[in-house]
Amino acid sequence: MTSHPAEPPEPPLDLVLVGHGMVGQRFLEAWTEQPGARRRRVTVLAEEPRPAYDRVHLSSLFDGRTPEDLTLCPPGFLAEHGIELRLGDPVTAVDRAARTVTTRSGARLRYDDLVLATGSAPFVPPVPGRDAAGCHVYRTVEDLDAIRADATRAVVAGGGTGIVVGGGLLGLEAAGALRATGLTTHVVEFAPRLMAVQVDEGGGRLLRRRIEELGVTVHTAAAASGVATGPDGAVRGLLLSDGRELAADLVVFSAGVRPRDRLARDCGLAVGPRGGIVVDEHCRTEDPAVLAIGECAQAADGRVYGLVAPGYQMAETAARALAGRPGPGFTGADTSTRLKLLGVDVASFGDPHGTAEGALDVLYSDGRLGVYRKLVIGADGALRGGVLVGDTDAYGTLRALATAGRPLTVPPEQLVLPAGSAAAGPIALPDDAVLCSCHNVTQGAVRAAVHEQGCESVAAVRKCTRAGTGCGSCLKQLTTVVTEELAATGAEVGTGLCEHFPQSRAELYEIVLVTGITTFSALVDRHGTGEGCDICKPTVASILASLSNGHILDGEQAALQDSNDHFLANLQRNGSYSVVPRVPGGEITPDGLIAIGEVARDFGLYTKITGGQRIDLFGAGVDQLPAIWARLVEAGFESGHAYGKALRTVKSCVGETWCRYGVQDSVGLAIELELRYRGLRSPHKLKSAVSGCARECAEARSKDFGIIATSAGWNLYVGGNGGTTPRHADLLAADLDRETLIRTVDRYLMFYIRTADRLERTSVWLERLDGGLDHLRAVVLDDALGIAAELDALMARHIDSYQDEWAATLADPDRLRRFASFVNAPGTPDPAVTFVPERGQIRPARPDEDGHVLPAPAPVLVAGPRLEVLAK
Amino acid sequence: MTVEIHDGTRWQPVCSLDDLQPGRGVAVLLPPADTQVALFLDRSGALYAVDNRDPFSGAHVLSRGLLGSRSGRPTLASPMYKQTFDLIDGRCLDEDTAPDGTPAVLRRWPVRAAAADCAAAADSPNPRNSRKEERA
Repeated sequence: MTSHPAEPPEPPLDLVLVGHGMVGQRFLEAWTEQPGARRRRVTVLAEEPRPAYDRVHLSSLFDGRTPEDLTLCPPGFLAEHGIELRLGDPVTAVDRAARTVTTRSGARLRYDDLVLATGSAPFVPPVPGRDAAGCHVYRTVEDLDAIRADATRAVVAGGGTGIVVGGGLLGLEAAGALRATGLTTHVVEFAPRLMAVQVDEGGGRLLRRRIEELGVTVHTAAAASGVATGPDGAVRGLLLSDGRELAADLVVFSAGVRPRDRLARDCGLAVGPRGGIVVDEHCRTEDPAVLAIGECAQAADGRVYGLVAPGYQMAETAARALAGRPGPGFTGADTSTRLKLLGVDVASFGDPHGTAEGALDVLYSDGRLGVYRKLVIGADGALRGGVLVGDTDAYGTLRALATAGRPLTVPPEQLVLPAGSAAAGPIALPDDAVLCSCHNVTQGAVRAAVHEQGCESVAAVRKCTRAGTGCGSCLKQLTTVVTEELAATGAEVGTGLCEHFPQSRAELYEIVLVTGITTFSALVDRHGTGEGCDICKPTVASILASLSNGHILDGEQAALQDSNDHFLANLQRNGSYSVVPRVPGGEITPDGLIAIGEVARDFGLYTKITGGQRIDLFGAGVDQLPAIWARLVEAGFESGHAYGKALRTVKSCVGETWCRYGVQDSVGLAIELELRYRGLRSPHKLKSAVSGCARECAEARSKDFGIIATSAGWNLYVGGNGGTTPRHADLLAADLDRETLIRTVDRYLMFYIRTADRLERTSVWLERLDGGLDHLRAVVLDDALGIAAELDALMARHIDSYQDEWAATLADPDRLRRFASFVNAPGTPDPAVTFVPERGQIRPARPDEDGHVLPAPAPVLVAGPRLEVLAK
Repeated sequence: MTVEIHDGTRWQPVCSLDDLQPGRGVAVLLPPADTQVALFLDRSGALYAVDNRDPFSGAHVLSRGLLGSRSGRPTLASPMYKQTFDLIDGRCLDEDTAPDGTPAVLRRWPVRAAAADCAAAADSPNPRNSRKEERA
């Protein structure tokens, strides 16, 4: 300690933040990370009644999210850092001479430093009637609550129409929200196209068509001239500048935003010509005690940024400046954007309008596919910017090229054409283009890893450069670059499965089919090398299971399975397992539910409903699995194959049996399909669903095969996917009768199993398949390859030889032997697998927690979670 | 044949060779400190014993991994996040350090299959089993 006890401690300086929006919160986070942050007392004065929330995702409140889901202020954050937050008490005046602020409630606070983060306000055109009941803006949780209330009233009263004034980014967001409430939706845009700031005329035209296909009516080059009101003073319609009147129950103004700079104006601080508090590159105003950040500020480059990323950069800049460690400062930001509006992908980057002298456009447009790409090429041959609508996959590559700003090394048309953009994209990147933004790894660094440091695989490059080890979103591009570079060095880049097999999975399948080989040893000895690995062993196990259908734990096959298949359960993070009994079609009797509940209760397991309409039981030790399954099998359940690359579930809606809208028995069909394909081993997991009408409540089009009822039969959709790369399934055949439907699915599945790569979902397989959907149709419906009979026979064999893996395991002492926690102490639970109670159930203990080992099950039934009894 | 693991002081019998399946492993609790060891038998009949704890997840699951080979060296793939370890020197071939900053190297335990006459030791009262009875 250096201070003398006699000296009074220095009084802390007062830092006052005005506004607790996204940028305000980021400022607080950045500030608390600064050395010496504790020496200032921080007070936040906020206008809204709730702490900072994610305004960017405001529309998700219409998808069932709650305001709490959107909060950005972690619990305990304010208390931990001694920050005082006063909600609902905005600042009304600043006295710079006295260094005080006054709030609406009359409080006066002294400041040493003042940070203004008041954001922006929606611009409402000054048209008559704009304050009528039913007129809204789209900025806060309260705004959305009000919109929802009006919309619900209108929809309940029978229909209802909502109009959004403004066809920009926020306007289209709002239109999506109105549409989601069930309102007939119109968008009125003053400019001749939608999203005029970001996209050009061609992109705007395509965007408009895609949005109109969703049932939203778009009026461009039209201004709102007044709001028509009824005798009750509420909105009745919107008057347009061309004389038309659109009937409406509510109007949302979303025609841009204006910086909220009134506090600064009133205390004499300079503001820009179009608003925005003037700040320097460290976000200080002309008064060094006052800073401004985010949308209320005009940055050092003279621009007001309406995006959150530049606001965040300003927040961090201001925090550093206040801590006395000014860094490079904020001198402007890239406003490239990529987003999904009403389900349509839109991106723009660099200079999308080609404003620079001598700039030329390269265009590709395919109205059929709904894809539009425009690149702006500078006079020097460098990529300057562009617009992408409908397909934004190339955004990362193209944006990196545009920021690099050097002449292109490939003809620009290659970058916009569908095949060209993918093939030529990565290799066309300059070496200083950043591939992995998490760890800031450039393409040059990746190439050097291959050429100079001898990395021979993506794994080696990841290890060496850390590229792709953050969020992982660059992995696809990284793999392409590494493969290209390896090929360039002359290294052989095979399509082989792994170092042990030069063949692809599909080729191995053909070998097994033709030779009748039944063991991994025989296959690797005759057609491969070495001992195998965690890639080829499970793959071969899956092929053997698809073709010969013996029990997967029999003989040598047992040694090939991934841990999950080996124990017929799903490994969880602490080494325990979860168990999922099959619930075909999601239909379950009360007795079945009770049986599952009793098993979970007696073994003290954590229970959770899955997305596939089943029940997952967590926390089982390996040695508990047979006892758990003995109870489940006795109650009539069988393995749900949640652990396998196999059919998982066939989800269903309740269908015509109960539903007022259903036109077919979706539950019955789902059960029939699930029982038909259960246990079918495949290159990756398979999911399915059956919807009883076009409302599609079972989400069949996000499945590997999905069926939607029509009044004339069944529509079959294939190649859908959810997860990270969602894909809507394609219609393979329409209005099929039940028999044709099942035969078609049989062939589709067997053809996929036969030709797909390892871990290739049907969505990827279908996109890769030569000839695509037409070819698939020709194979499964018209037998173009002459293999239909063979595919049918393989499926028949699968169905005939199906047995429940768990019932068969329980009946065989040899197979049961593996379910021992320790070979020299079977029945002793793993002492490292411990649990703590949470919300009335168990969860794995974290390393710093003192958890309890789940005890071996006792034969007596004890009510209540067992752990509660044990808890200290 | 009895499989024995050397705990640094002496050879401890842990199971019968028949308990092992080529290509797969079992977990062993090694007295006196209840150390968890993963024990494997490969296709050629070679035995390997390494830590059962996976340094990347902290879970004791390596005995449930898959045996294989990489460039001719015997390997073990973790069932959790699939990192591959060299069974000869215990080193992780995919990443050098675990998330906690420690080197990602598994301890290797000497292991042998002893002839039947040594197996008498295995029949002596097993500390694990007697403890189990106490619990019951």
